[in-house]
Amino acid sequence: MNAPLDAPLVQAENLVRHYRVRRGGRLFGEHATLRAVDGVSFALQAGRTLGLVGESGCGKTTTARLVLGLLTLTAGTIRVDGEILPGAGTARWRSLRQVMQMVFQDPLAALDRRVAVGRQVMEPLAIHGIANAGERRERALAILHSVGLQAHHFDRYPHELSGGQRQRVVLARALILSPRLLVCDEPISALDVSIQAQVVNLLLDLQAERGLAYLFISHDLRMVRQVSHEVAVMYLGRIVEQGDPDLLFAAPAHPYTQALVSAIPVATERGRKRLILKGDPPNPVSVPPGCAFHTRCPMAVARCRAETPALRLLDDGRRVACHLAPGMADA
Amino acid sequence: MPQPLIDIRKLTVDFDTGRRIVRALHGVDLAVQPGEAVGLVGESGSGKSVTWLAALGLLGSRARLGGQVLFEGRNLVGSAVAELEAVRGACIAMIFQDPSSSLDPVYRIGKQLGEALQLHRGMAGTAALAEAARLLDRVGIADARRRLGDYPHELSGGMNQRVMIAMALAAEPQMLVADEPTTALDATIQAQILELLQEIRRDTGMALVLISHDLGVVAENTDRVCVMYAGRIVEDAPIGTIFAEPAHPYTRGLLSALPELTGPRRRLVAIPGVVPEPWNLPRGCSFAPRCAAFEAACEAAAPASVEVAQGHWAACIRAGGRNL
Ligand SMILES: Nc1ncnc2c1ncn2[C@@H]1O[C@H](COP(=O)(O)OP(=O)(O)O)[C@@H](O)[C@H]1O
Ligand SMILES: Nc1ncnc2c1ncn2[C@@H]1O[C@H](COP(=O)(O)OP(=O)(O)O)[C@@H](O)[C@H]1O
Ligand SMILES: [Mg+2]
Ligand SMILES: [Mg+2]
Repeated sequence: MNAPLDAPLVQAENLVRHYRVRRGGRLFGEHATLRAVDGVSFALQAGRTLGLVGESGCGKTTTARLVLGLLTLTAGTIRVDGEILPGAGTARWRSLRQVMQMVFQDPLAALDRRVAVGRQVMEPLAIHGIANAGERRERALAILHSVGLQAHHFDRYPHELSGGQRQRVVLARALILSPRLLVCDEPISALDVSIQAQVVNLLLDLQAERGLAYLFISHDLRMVRQVSHEVAVMYLGRIVEQGDPDLLFAAPAHPYTQALVSAIPVATERGRKRLILKGDPPNPVSVPPGCAFHTRCPMAVARCRAETPALRLLDDGRRVACHLAPGMADA
Repeated sequence: MPQPLIDIRKLTVDFDTGRRIVRALHGVDLAVQPGEAVGLVGESGSGKSVTWLAALGLLGSRARLGGQVLFEGRNLVGSAVAELEAVRGACIAMIFQDPSSSLDPVYRIGKQLGEALQLHRGMAGTAALAEAARLLDRVGIADARRRLGDYPHELSGGMNQRVMIAMALAAEPQMLVADEPTTALDATIQAQILELLQEIRRDTGMALVLISHDLGVVAENTDRVCVMYAGRIVEDAPIGTIFAEPAHPYTRGLLSALPELTGPRRRLVAIPGVVPEPWNLPRGCSFAPRCAAFEAACEAAAPASVEVAQGHWAACIRAGGRNL
């Protein structure tokens, strides 16, 4: 089947991933359904970046793994270039996987400590039977160079490198198959501020050079805005607000986005009134009825407890799932 | 100047790692006034934790200390264990990023709070129980009485952080050293905890040392900030000044490496290179190889801290007179 010409690189439609768990985490507790991801849709165009933000446990990593086919969907579809992503392990999936790579938060865990980093960068070529030994080395050196490492790093072991250098190695390994999508799950969270800026600049340069698309997961809203063309805010497995990051962070429409923005400490505005949420996010095993956010929402009204708000388009182009968002009160 | 609550002078720390002796602190000067809130920022490994672990005598025998830590006129460096223990907890409490460093997983929260109250305030029985419940309530834990029966693992990360703060408050300390207390928490929970610390300070007048790698966190919650790099305080200034007129190139570098949440997007200016290893420091100024304003003289000696304006100190040969 030929893909429609204008199909997005990745189209996620109503992704759902549930887990069967024991209630209360106890061995003999009754079974319950944990809604890790509960109806997430987005489209990611080639060469663009979608940022995914939200508190831990809201389903970001699960979404990322679903997109790569590393987890089976409970429901929903993922299309790559218009083609439905086939099941993991199939030959077609393996070839599609070459265009989609992943980078995690902890580079030390992603690397094999006993193997020199150059070999690890070449490894995907060997796995996919691409090029001969000499060419592989050549390509690995070139890619190490393009992520800002030098030839002498080739024979180093992970523990001999700094955190930022290790993350560059992980990036090099992800890039060696020339993917079109890089899923970055908290790629800079473990790095120091000055190094975060280096890696973020590198990601932007690589995108400009190679036309890469990123699914960029982070809890740092400022970094997300720095890299993203679009951003989706998740809460308890769903997207609650989605759109242009400049718009969303300057004037958040969803109370949860407002709380996230307001939680960022700002040097220049001491003593400003902030919106501080009460308590922790609820357990995804017992998602509150109606709007899942209503238990922590300072603005919630009766309708919020009864009726789940749909993600709806506002005039300014963003989507918001809130009954009270401006401009949609009685839509 | 009033008498500082604690006055750290030329503090050095050497670690005996077996293979070599590594200097982690190179003469730290830092005084905290009663009731003052001071922030300590710097990248990982810069010596933020070691400064306060050393000051409170928590480093153990492989660390060798030099300099002075004056508390109420007494020098804590080299003090007897008993004396240090009396200061710790009773006068100065410390909390950490990871609550499990202070909370024992096998005991109920009420028992641990009770022990702290017994130790520091000689309370026992129902009085201790009532006070423990009051403390939990004070740190914003709902249904405090019932929570006293919980184990740490039954609570979320934010709740455990609150319990740890309650433990620290049990002694009614004059100063709290909070070492990255919110780094492991989500932004919304971090905001709750920082707000709580502010409230407690308003109520008790307790001094606060807030250690963080996040300049924003420090900016919103302290009056003054000390920036550390490679075992030294390189800049010490009132909060407003540090953002408006940073005097040290490292501080300037940190500020331009941070993106903004609103306004035009600009390319980040990263600080090149990496933090040097403590056993492999460059000659002269430790920041010299990464510094945008490097000149040959920077390699001559580690620059002394000079007062560039009232209450604003920077350790850079270009600070103060020559090139601001
Ligand atoms: N294998 C699993 N079994 C049961 N629950 C899981 C599993 N993986 C993730 N979860 C749960 O799904 C929710 C979403 O997790 P995750 O996608 O990792 O969130 P995030 O990346 O946003 O922190 C969490 O509540 C998590 O505990
Ligand atoms: N127990 C120890 N033994 C040897 N070196 C140590 C020890 N504790 C800390 N260090 C070193 O001291 C330096 C400062 O560490 P630390 O104060 O923990 O930094 P941070 O600013 O991240 O809190 C680091 O180089 C660290 O490796
Ligand atoms: Mg995750
Ligand atoms: Mg530390």
